[in-house]
Amino acid sequence: MTDAFLTNLAFYVISFCVIAGGIFVVSSRNLFHSAVFLVFTLFSVAGIFVMLSAYLLAAIQVLVYVGAVAMLMIFGVMLTTQLSNVRIRYMNEQVWPALLICAGFLALLVYGLTDTPFATGNVAAPVEGAKAIGTLLMTKYVLPFEMVSVLLLAALVGAIVIAKKD
Amino acid sequence: MFELRGLIDTIWGWIAGLLADIGLSAGLVQLIGYAIIAAVLFGVIALVVLFLVWWERKVSAKMQDRLGPMRVGWHGIIQTIADAMKLLQKEDITPKNIDFPIHFWAPVITFVAAFMVYVTVPFGKGLIVADLNVGVLYIIAITTFTVIGLLMAGWGSNNKYALLGGFRSAAQVVSYEVPLTLSLLGVIMISQTLSLGTIVGQQDGFFKWYVWRQPLGFVIFWIAATAECNRTPFDLPEADSELVAGFVTEYSGMKFAMFFLAEFLNMFTASVVAVTLFFGGWMSPFGPDFGPSWLWFFAKTFFFVFVLMWFRWTYPRLRVDQLMGFAWKVLLPLAFLNILLTGLGIYIFD
Repeated sequence: MTDAFLTNLAFYVISFCVIAGGIFVVSSRNLFHSAVFLVFTLFSVAGIFVMLSAYLLAAIQVLVYVGAVAMLMIFGVMLTTQLSNVRIRYMNEQVWPALLICAGFLALLVYGLTDTPFATGNVAAPVEGAKAIGTLLMTKYVLPFEMVSVLLLAALVGAIVIAKKD
Repeated sequence: MFELRGLIDTIWGWIAGLLADIGLSAGLVQLIGYAIIAAVLFGVIALVVLFLVWWERKVSAKMQDRLGPMRVGWHGIIQTIADAMKLLQKEDITPKNIDFPIHFWAPVITFVAAFMVYVTVPFGKGLIVADLNVGVLYIIAITTFTVIGLLMAGWGSNNKYALLGGFRSAAQVVSYEVPLTLSLLGVIMISQTLSLGTIVGQQDGFFKWYVWRQPLGFVIFWIAATAECNRTPFDLPEADSELVAGFVTEYSGMKFAMFFLAEFLNMFTASVVAVTLFFGGWMSPFGPDFGPSWLWFFAKTFFFVFVLMWFRWTYPRLRVDQLMGFAWKVLLPLAFLNILLTGLGIYIFD
């Protein structure tokens, strides 16, 4: 057993968790189970970030999404009348065209991924990732950063306006 | 002298040598090392929690002019171990119409999340498992899992009291997390780092403790942390006079014990964060080399745990509407004010 083998093993285990969790999220017939698997999937994605030494991204991934999913659970329980054993139809008459398009898209993705020469190198991740990202967000990328904030604010206000009934 | 790091390094050097001799690769040896560290850490934390349970009973007894546990061991010191053994042997009763996987995993998630925080805590000089450069953020991120655990317990139990308890708890924890995170921002702005080891290293002297520069930040943090731990006066999730036992209503035996231990662990975590960020961590008030650092760390932390117990047995419980209003209308503006003042202070003095 070599160390490269251990690293690969960790990567495949985490990737399996991400994909399996994702499949459960969309296929579970219970909204609450879906939400729990969503936490699991997003947490596994944070594991991938950790493997890439992107600790800041991993921490933010967990911080933002776990709280968000908790909210989702609350709204799921509060706003739906029937949570478990919902008979959802997974398929309709468009199943074959949909399958065709999905397969085509998958083929395109695989082709793109295998054909792209990814630049690899031994560049170490910056030690103070938080500081570097913070500085960049406040100087070079301040305009996109502010735009995203305004967009999020607009979405919040929009959600309140739509939800307000009177 | 009295520092544990050298001893640990010696023992680990010996074990690692043995493992390397039987032909394991360096990565595998490291992996086994992590497993051993995790086990040791778990043992220490479990001991601390067992002690805290006994201590809480003693403190509450003293405050109510009782004796508390006296029979098992000296002044009942091994009472908690007896209780834990009893809980281990109890039948695990699960109600019929529960959502079984959710009900089963809720205590596990709560307990594991409460335990995972300790990866990045500096217990003493050199006694830190991983000095992550996002340590503060990591602790905040991992503690959010508590909400998921509470919601799962509330929903999975299929019981109205449990569901109400879980919901109250989620609303409370999510609300108080905002002022809590913002109150820590002041310390991060001054220290210019998220690493807990570096933050402790900067506070090498009584007057360099960040509490002197962040008094408002500390008060906000401490109130919000008390709420995060679901302790009185914020113990609405398990207000026993209204909700039986809240989200733990349908749990028994070891699963109940896990929630119980996680609650005490969260209390210890809150104290650890307070000590590390505001009170110099393992630094002694008389300079960095006075006495064993880990002893100072535990002494300070236990003092803050005592303050939490003091709160619990002194204050009455808040009402739900008061609780949320307090977080959003009082603590949040104060936290923003604190950030503004800190920024001004850095701008003027540095």
